[in-house]
Amino acid sequence: MSHRYSKSGRLIDENREISFTFNGKTLRGFKGDTLASALLANDQMLVGRSFKYHRPRGIVASGTEEPNALVNMGEGARFEPNQRATTTELFDGLVARSQNHWPTLDFDVGGINASLSRLLPAGFYYKMFMYPRAFWKHVYEPFIRQSAGLGQAPKEADADTYEHFHAFTDVLVIGGGVAGLVAARSAAETGARVLVLEQSAHWGGRGPVDGGRIDDRPVDNFVETLVSDLSARANVTLRTRCMGAGVYDHGYALGYERLTDHAPDINGPRHRLWRIRAKQIITATGAIERPLAFAGNDVPGVMLASAMRDYLVNYGVAPGQRIIVATNNDDAYRTAIELKKAGLDVLRILDARETGGGALMNQARQLGIRIDCGRAIAKVSGGKRVRKVQICAQIGAGGALEEVGCDAVAMSGGWSPAVHLWSHCGGKLLWDDTHAHFRPDPERPLIGADGKGFVLPAGSANGILSLDGIVPDAIQTGREAAKAAGFRLRKAPEFAVVQNSEAPLEPVWLMPQEARVGLRTKAWLDFQNDVKVSDVQLAAQEGYESVEHTKRYTTLGMATDQGKLSNINGLATLANALGAPIPAVGTTTFRPPYAPISMGAIAGEARGSVFQPLRRTPMHEWHRQHNAEWEPVGHWRRPYAYPRTGETTHDAVMREVSNTRQKVGLLDASTLGKILVKGPDAGKFLDMLYTNMMSTLKPGKCRYGLMCSENGFLIDDGVVARIDDDTFLCHTTTGGADRIHAHMEEWLQTEWWDWKVYTANLTEQFAQIAVVGPKARELLDKMGGMDLSADSFKFMEWQDGQIGDFTARVFRISFSGELSFEIAVPASQGLAFWSELMKAGQGLGVMPYGTEALHIMRAEKGFIMIGDETDGTVIPQDLGLNWAISKKKEDYLGKRAQQRDHMTDPTRWKLVGLETLDGSVLPDGAYAVAEGTNANGQRNTQGRVTSTYHSPTLSKGIAMGLVLHGPDRMDEVLEFPGTDGKTYQARIVDPVFYDKDGEKQNV
Amino acid sequence: MLTLQCPYCGVQADETELSAGGEAHIERHGPGSSDEAFEEYLFARENPFGVHFERWRHSYGCGKWFHAARNTVTLEVYGTYPAQTTEPPADIRKRISGVAPGWTWRFLG
Repeated sequence: MSHRYSKSGRLIDENREISFTFNGKTLRGFKGDTLASALLANDQMLVGRSFKYHRPRGIVASGTEEPNALVNMGEGARFEPNQRATTTELFDGLVARSQNHWPTLDFDVGGINASLSRLLPAGFYYKMFMYPRAFWKHVYEPFIRQSAGLGQAPKEADADTYEHFHAFTDVLVIGGGVAGLVAARSAAETGARVLVLEQSAHWGGRGPVDGGRIDDRPVDNFVETLVSDLSARANVTLRTRCMGAGVYDHGYALGYERLTDHAPDINGPRHRLWRIRAKQIITATGAIERPLAFAGNDVPGVMLASAMRDYLVNYGVAPGQRIIVATNNDDAYRTAIELKKAGLDVLRILDARETGGGALMNQARQLGIRIDCGRAIAKVSGGKRVRKVQICAQIGAGGALEEVGCDAVAMSGGWSPAVHLWSHCGGKLLWDDTHAHFRPDPERPLIGADGKGFVLPAGSANGILSLDGIVPDAIQTGREAAKAAGFRLRKAPEFAVVQNSEAPLEPVWLMPQEARVGLRTKAWLDFQNDVKVSDVQLAAQEGYESVEHTKRYTTLGMATDQGKLSNINGLATLANALGAPIPAVGTTTFRPPYAPISMGAIAGEARGSVFQPLRRTPMHEWHRQHNAEWEPVGHWRRPYAYPRTGETTHDAVMREVSNTRQKVGLLDASTLGKILVKGPDAGKFLDMLYTNMMSTLKPGKCRYGLMCSENGFLIDDGVVARIDDDTFLCHTTTGGADRIHAHMEEWLQTEWWDWKVYTANLTEQFAQIAVVGPKARELLDKMGGMDLSADSFKFMEWQDGQIGDFTARVFRISFSGELSFEIAVPASQGLAFWSELMKAGQGLGVMPYGTEALHIMRAEKGFIMIGDETDGTVIPQDLGLNWAISKKKEDYLGKRAQQRDHMTDPTRWKLVGLETLDGSVLPDGAYAVAEGTNANGQRNTQGRVTSTYHSPTLSKGIAMGLVLHGPDRMDEVLEFPGTDGKTYQARIVDPVFYDKDGEKQNV
Repeated sequence: MLTLQCPYCGVQADETELSAGGEAHIERHGPGSSDEAFEEYLFARENPFGVHFERWRHSYGCGKWFHAARNTVTLEVYGTYPAQTTEPPADIRKRISGVAPGWTWRFLG
């Protein structure tokens, strides 16, 4: 059984016992435990079920690379799936549940998949779920959705807060092990600003567990001194619980700091995302031990040798009592020695190498451990726990020589440098034959803006696996980084290092070497995705030669662990199956983040009301107090309508339209873009921007204009007012203001840079109110001030003047067809002006109206709306707006494009009005069907609805649409099938439904 | 995320402050141009594996458009320069020739 054999583990505080629950059962651990070490201390070897076959799975690793021990953590609004038990620090009251089983972890119905595993090989889903076609939607997809995913999705909104933090540094050191700290010290000596990130809660990495001596002191003692030295330096920042998550272009890096995961009672944000710009980055990310591929290597109780050593030394936890160690290198002997020292039975060390190891082997032998060289594990038996091991020769097919009962197995297949961060944005790797691993190729680093490398690997991340090599490498790397960041080198620090030398490993990609098929189908490469040696071999047989294709076909290296344990073993297996050398097969692409980070950390503060800035007009608060229903338009909120008590939104819209048409209405038009264009060449510039002629506009006059992209398509419209010879004020749509201003600047700066024109976006400087309706003039006259009579202030003119106490610029323009004045006042006076207008209009029946009433009134008049009648494929000619396209101008943006044959094609759909035969409202976006079907078997179409409303003015449905040869087909009836199953019949009519001659607006 | 130095305000700008504006040094073709020339102007773009000249705008800074000469593979930046020019300045072309001998780009190289 797994148990706590000692309370003197390096990282635990034996005086602080805490309790937690796992699957509802209350268990106890110590402060300093991880969830994984505490589970093992409580003999909870079984921690989850595998993804595909629902095999019982136990803890394999002790860190970020753990593939199996993923749990559902927390409850309610703090519930989170797929949390790694090995990196979860234990706290009092922690609640965890295991994943991917039903009904319970111990008895899982899905376990049937395990016995069917021969029927579920690589590519099973691709092969199985193709036919019959009709089964996909109703049988296969629901089934796959049901069984997909390991953890559960949270049901409540996250209760925690998160933040982003921007940091700038000369040297960023990722990894706080011996190499990282030594490199940091060496860089800091030069005066460079150094930021060190360590993903765990402790400094020193594997060093303190792996032994050796630096400066005649044990490693943990050396680390302690080094950390206090670094902490005392003003130019050094140290962060634990902060993972280097990704390295990106030009020295950008992300750090993921977990602030309260270990102690949820701490106030403040839960995670902090560090957004770092570094001149140089040192990756001291260590190395990851590889599992060995033998049959039954996934049975709970089989563990990485280094992980077993961590649990022993750091937590006083032993995963069993009778243990077998299998290895192809010297490092696993350290585990055997620690096991022996802890008083546990080490039954065998099975060393795959015929000649065994070096000094560590001798040390183990002296402790009385039996060492069998050239031996391998043929098979591990046991269901939820290791029961026995069959031993065979490494060279062979797995004929058992011996069977030994035991309850845990430590395995080591050698070490692979954690090259992820080096590789994230393009650092290349080379294959190191001595250690049988990929390591960073110093000749092909990530390139910064200056064309030079900006990432330097140090220590075991650089493929150096012995302490006496790591320390000098880290010193050198720290100095190189500081120098590259522009600092002058001083004397390098020196440390004397003592460590046992190691005999070379022998690559073992399958154990035993020629394992028969029955063993290969039980030899796991990827624990998290249930990929076995036989799956990768099958993929190779079926023609998957590229490692990227094999990954996708077999799912090797996918999911939350991204193959930290499986990558190298998987691609070595593929290389062997293809008969190719490993470096020729290569690795899959490493992508950030190094390990999953929370969605909350990515979002940071950007959620709820601060997700996006909200733009408010000066009258926003008045609208809110008057029960405005909001419509988002760009970043603005505009009142859609102002429903009164007992009124539906539709009722309110109808009332607002009728009141405006019969009496007078107020519209908050402040959001419309107002761009000032000024300079001697302003007229010439606007002639290029608009399809119509603007340079001929007289000061004091207004003109409606259309803007097209260089591609010919209509992008915006609005009224231009000429202020004086040099100055124009261009109104744009609400959503278009910033875009059109940028459009103007782009052409001015990059094409016509010698034209004397200046633009300014004045949108937010003015509040603009439309006073609309037959009583509009009467209302304004009540306010007193300027003469607004028809004779002295004509339609399509503007004037500066006084309205009541307000300095105003008045535009006599109309988007409703009614008598209308749009009045701009300084933004600071918008609310006061609005309130005064409401007061003055009381006796006249004034009411505010919202955007929907605006839309209906413009549709009644046949005015187009950018975004309704246009969608990026519509040109002004489609909309019958030829009158607004100058024929005199040689050029304007879009003119050449509009001459292309597709644009002049007479079969382009054209704007018409549509009226249902029964007065009902056409569905928005509905298509008019034509005879026959297209190549996909769908009905042919001949038009579509672009705007559709119920008009209270005409008491019927009215619509606009684009129809094939539309203007030539007046009175023809078209059929529009709706998504509601009904077919609507509508007649083609003139798009101007109301006051065709424009008499109402011109009074 | 790239950093580019804005040649107007001098700021070493993070990519989040910038807007990409596609290929640089494209000659406008208006009315009177042939269909082929207009198509080329509007749609044909380089897609180089290496040296490239691009338009960028310092949108969340000074608002100015500028040009950047950079390598799309190594991400090396050879230089940035004002947008008011029809071709890359000689000093930048010389710099590119120094580090990427034999480079070509459209009519240049």
